[in-house]
Amino acid sequence: MTLHDLLIGPFAEFSFMRRALAGIVALSAGASPIGVLLMLRRMSLTGDAMAHAILPGAAAGFLVAGLDLLPMAAGGLVAGLVVALLSGLVSRATPLKEDASLASFYLISLALGVTLVSIGGSNVDLMHVLFGSVLAMDDQALVLIAGVATVSLVALAVIYRPLVIECVDPGFLATVSRLGPVVHLTFLGLVVLNLVAGYQALGTLLSVGLMMLPAAAARFWARSLGRLMLVAFAAAVISGFCGLLVSYHLGLPSGPAIVLVAGVGYGVSLALGPVDGVLTGLVRRRHRAA
Amino acid sequence: MVRTKSGGGTRRDRGTGWRWTVGGLRALVAVLGAVAILAGRPDAAGAGEPVLKVVASFSIIADMARQVGGARVDVVSLVPAGSDAHVFRPSPAEAEALRRADVVLVNGLGFEGYMGRLVAAAGGRASPVVVSEGVQVLLAGERCAGAVPCDDAPAPFGTVVAKATDPHAWQDPQNGVVYVGNIARAFCEADRAGCPDYKAAAARYIGEIEALDGELRAAFARLPADRRTIVTSHDAFGYLGRAYGLHVLAAEGLGTESEPTAQTVARLVRLIRNHKGVAMFGETASDPRLMAAIAAETGATVGGVLHADTLDAPGGPPTAIWR
Repeated sequence: MTLHDLLIGPFAEFSFMRRALAGIVALSAGASPIGVLLMLRRMSLTGDAMAHAILPGAAAGFLVAGLDLLPMAAGGLVAGLVVALLSGLVSRATPLKEDASLASFYLISLALGVTLVSIGGSNVDLMHVLFGSVLAMDDQALVLIAGVATVSLVALAVIYRPLVIECVDPGFLATVSRLGPVVHLTFLGLVVLNLVAGYQALGTLLSVGLMMLPAAAARFWARSLGRLMLVAFAAAVISGFCGLLVSYHLGLPSGPAIVLVAGVGYGVSLALGPVDGVLTGLVRRRHRAA
Repeated sequence: MVRTKSGGGTRRDRGTGWRWTVGGLRALVAVLGAVAILAGRPDAAGAGEPVLKVVASFSIIADMARQVGGARVDVVSLVPAGSDAHVFRPSPAEAEALRRADVVLVNGLGFEGYMGRLVAAAGGRASPVVVSEGVQVLLAGERCAGAVPCDDAPAPFGTVVAKATDPHAWQDPQNGVVYVGNIARAFCEADRAGCPDYKAAAARYIGEIEALDGELRAAFARLPADRRTIVTSHDAFGYLGRAYGLHVLAAEGLGTESEPTAQTVARLVRLIRNHKGVAMFGETASDPRLMAAIAAETGATVGGVLHADTLDAPGGPPTAIWR
């Protein structure tokens, strides 16, 4: 087997492989900077919570329009936004921390969703139908992901400065500007937008995995925020490329394969990363002692 | 007449072989529909109030039970028609139905993992009757077992090596006969007075199934050996394939929860590109996007929608599952 067969051949022969890669690049462009910001805000588990939070919206869409993707995805988006905004508002207005208020609202939302599904008398796994697979990227899914990535990058550029200040020192931002809540809620909206689009096109595991694992790995390679985001994006794209090849050559399911590759990248970074890596730290200390 | 109507010889995207395959299968669907309408008539046997309360684990068994029991039985399906049996969540009302049931019918072969616990928790007096008792079991990933020669079909693939049993045994009409016999026996044990009625209804129903089976066998026998490959979304049609010498390939595994691999999809795409006579089918209760992606890649079209683990509507045509 030549190198070409190993690395390029699958993408040259099959359009579903090219589409999968394109979807991953687009998703990573929007999701990895957001993942880095979520990590800095200690909200790394938001993605998992959100996967449950969107159920009532998807169920409502299903009850109104039947097994149709668009109403289900739109309902899910609305439910996700409501949960994110409510938890954001509660964490600002009360001493309850963001993670606790998010947990409360997503659990309420999930319970509401299961109830709605049961009232509807159907046990079709809505989430299984709604959540796509990276191997089944149609035009609609690609356009959706690319559109969301574009909106996210533009919106992040607009709110970047106050958002970063808000992450680091919300008290300071409050003294110089009243934009704090607006910026925070806009950011939460972007998070939900990216996640819901990601679930719909690629499935939960993959969209959360490509958002958070590269961000966590980037932490061991860079210090400045800009570099963190670039490293995270590169790591996500490389994971996607290698993961698809692993899935192709070894016959492993694609979503888990990509996330496992990202996980290996995280493990390597954790051990060998130049910034605060475990082994790197040991070597430095020995040098100092000598 | 029905044949020509929905037999559909109008496909333009493939050679004649393709047209033949899809046309043939569609004609079968039409014939089955007609048989199903005949079979679906309200049963005259045992008029009056229902004597037996029956709970079936999912809609296909429930339908068979209605055929056998007629008006003497009141059948409830735990997993409603049109739903995905792999992800069923029971509610207290269903536990209550189980507790009051005189007969509980389950498929067995690992299809209802939760059923034993649910029955125990409900505290009912009926212990579940496994209706697949006595069928020739197919192991997951095992293809073309038994007397059916499949050597001329394209080489089988897929990484399923686990020796788990494939629970979708009802896909083979001959197994359907076994199911019906088991159901009639269970009803006879619970309600001796109605036994002759059940036996008569079962015999009539088995007759219909046998006739249908014969028709299908004859129809599939006319299919050339290299045009007997069908592609489905989840791997639930192994028994159907074994019964009629079809080579059944699936993009996903036995359960609907498993995820497709790039390798499987790539091989399916290659196979469909290289073999003209491959028919693709979607499924009710499943995401159509993966099959659509494969179809787009190969220029094939998805030939129809199959019923794997569920029927469309409550009381839907009983023999329709074999379409």
